[in-house]
Amino acid sequence: MSGLVNTSVTFPRILNVGLNGVLVNFSDKLSERANRAALAFRNRIEQTAPAGVVETSTSLTSAFVSYDPVLLPVETLHEYLSDLLKTEPWENAALPENRRLWRIPAAFGGKFGPQLNDAANLAGLTPEMAIKDLTAPRLRVLTIGFAPGQPYLGTLGEAWNIPRQTGLTKQVPNGAIAAAIRQLVLFTAETPTGWRQVGQTAFRGFRPESNTPFALRPGDEIQFSHIEAGEFEKIQRQDESGDGGAQWEPIK
Amino acid sequence: MGTDKITRAVIVHRAGASVTVQDLGRPGNMVDGLSPGGAADRCAFVEGAVLLGQDLDCAALEMAGFGGEFEATSDMRVALTGAPMQVRLDGQPLEFNASHTLAAGQRLTVGAATRGVYGYLHVGGGFATQPFLGSRAVHLASGIGAPISGGDQISVGEDAKPGNVGQKLSVNDRFSGGVVQVLPSIQTNLFSVATRERFEATVFFRTPRGNRQGVELKFDGDPFTSEGQLKILSESMIAGDIQMTGNGDPFVLLPECQTTGGYPRIGTILPDDLPIVAQAGVGVSLMFKFITHKQALAHHRSPKVLYANLGAKLHPLLRDPHDIQDLLGYQLISGAITGWD
Repeated sequence: MSGLVNTSVTFPRILNVGLNGVLVNFSDKLSERANRAALAFRNRIEQTAPAGVVETSTSLTSAFVSYDPVLLPVETLHEYLSDLLKTEPWENAALPENRRLWRIPAAFGGKFGPQLNDAANLAGLTPEMAIKDLTAPRLRVLTIGFAPGQPYLGTLGEAWNIPRQTGLTKQVPNGAIAAAIRQLVLFTAETPTGWRQVGQTAFRGFRPESNTPFALRPGDEIQFSHIEAGEFEKIQRQDESGDGGAQWEPIK
Repeated sequence: MGTDKITRAVIVHRAGASVTVQDLGRPGNMVDGLSPGGAADRCAFVEGAVLLGQDLDCAALEMAGFGGEFEATSDMRVALTGAPMQVRLDGQPLEFNASHTLAAGQRLTVGAATRGVYGYLHVGGGFATQPFLGSRAVHLASGIGAPISGGDQISVGEDAKPGNVGQKLSVNDRFSGGVVQVLPSIQTNLFSVATRERFEATVFFRTPRGNRQGVELKFDGDPFTSEGQLKILSESMIAGDIQMTGNGDPFVLLPECQTTGGYPRIGTILPDDLPIVAQAGVGVSLMFKFITHKQALAHHRSPKVLYANLGAKLHPLLRDPHDIQDLLGYQLISGAITGWD
């Protein structure tokens, strides 16, 4: 078995994902700097990619490259990526251009956040303190993933380094906010999840009927504002745009 | 399509629960959280394009478990590939993995899969539904498009080679499980060597839980767990990844999978072998074998290469003695031979 697996433990590391994927991983722990590096590094690959690269994307702390292993031998791709890694200190790179700040109303706790109390408890907080923690900071869209247009938001304080559930919640609704591992996810579709649902928005991150189907971009920031259930239900009933009462402004 | 042309379409009289338009998917959107999607059995999709001698961007109907009843508004070439299904043209058996004419008004009925899961109905010119981000592939998990149902009428593109039918392909059997080749992935080394060896020695069975996003497998034995698996950062995920969920049960990701996942993945299936998993019906057994990148490359054929290779294996429906025997079989049953013209 040895010799077959990815064994590199120093960062950044270049790891194979099956036959036609390579991951450049800046850290196995979430950090602002590793996320910054992943976003900038992926943008550079997009600008300079050799023939044979099929597509690129980012996760929280990695850039992912999908490639054709016949057109682009894995050794050549590794060499290209490791050369690119040396060209600059990626963890200090600038964030993407044209970022936006979104302010999104959300109902936390109660029937719209059935696991707020559980999550707060795991974080060692009262539910009120938890809501404050989740609405005070401007959270960065660390990556878009899992489902179309779906942001992972962070980074929450160390108290929020809470694990996923062992089992899955059968279904959370489109617009649900769920917490785990110092992050929030704002779901863009009904889905089962191992994350704990703490709140809900009427914001639709994926709008397949629109010319711009993906509302958010990595690097954007989101600040939630807590509204009462009644007010939230009113937005839910009336909103047709998919914005769910959200407003955005450019980040200068 | 121009409004001055006669509309070519397939009329759907009835359809199984999960019949969708598919092509080779829409790579390029993983960064926005959208997986490539596309045909669950890419090999079957390519075989259809080869049989009709048309481009790989011609969309086909993917039929999960059961087909339906179809009619063409004008004469049309058709081919059926993938999981063998019972097919009849106006009541007469029609050969699988071959190209035929479906004349205007004739009824094509596609029944249940006799083995495997996904069968494909290809038409000359391809299905011409509205593309989204460069592909016609319905992505059920993302709400892009929807399954077809009885009463639908699906537009069909112009056929570049009308009349060119009566071709046959002999295909590799990939509809009854078997050994699936796996490459290491990001988290393979979080599983101990002993766990990986046990993984290779275990017989897995497909459970009823599954769809185009992925399929669940079960097995006898302890769960396959890795170090610190509830706190692993969510990481990029692709079709073919074998994910160990919270309770240690494996879940194989298929083309409509999520683009990131937080459960550890023990390995990634060779793309060429993924159809074996997609086509494994409930209860069918599978085993996994780790191979190196070099070994994988020797087995790998991209859709384009597969297309070129299969083109040389086409043969006329009537001339091959093996096929004639098949056709005689049909004759004994039905008393008449139909299906090529």
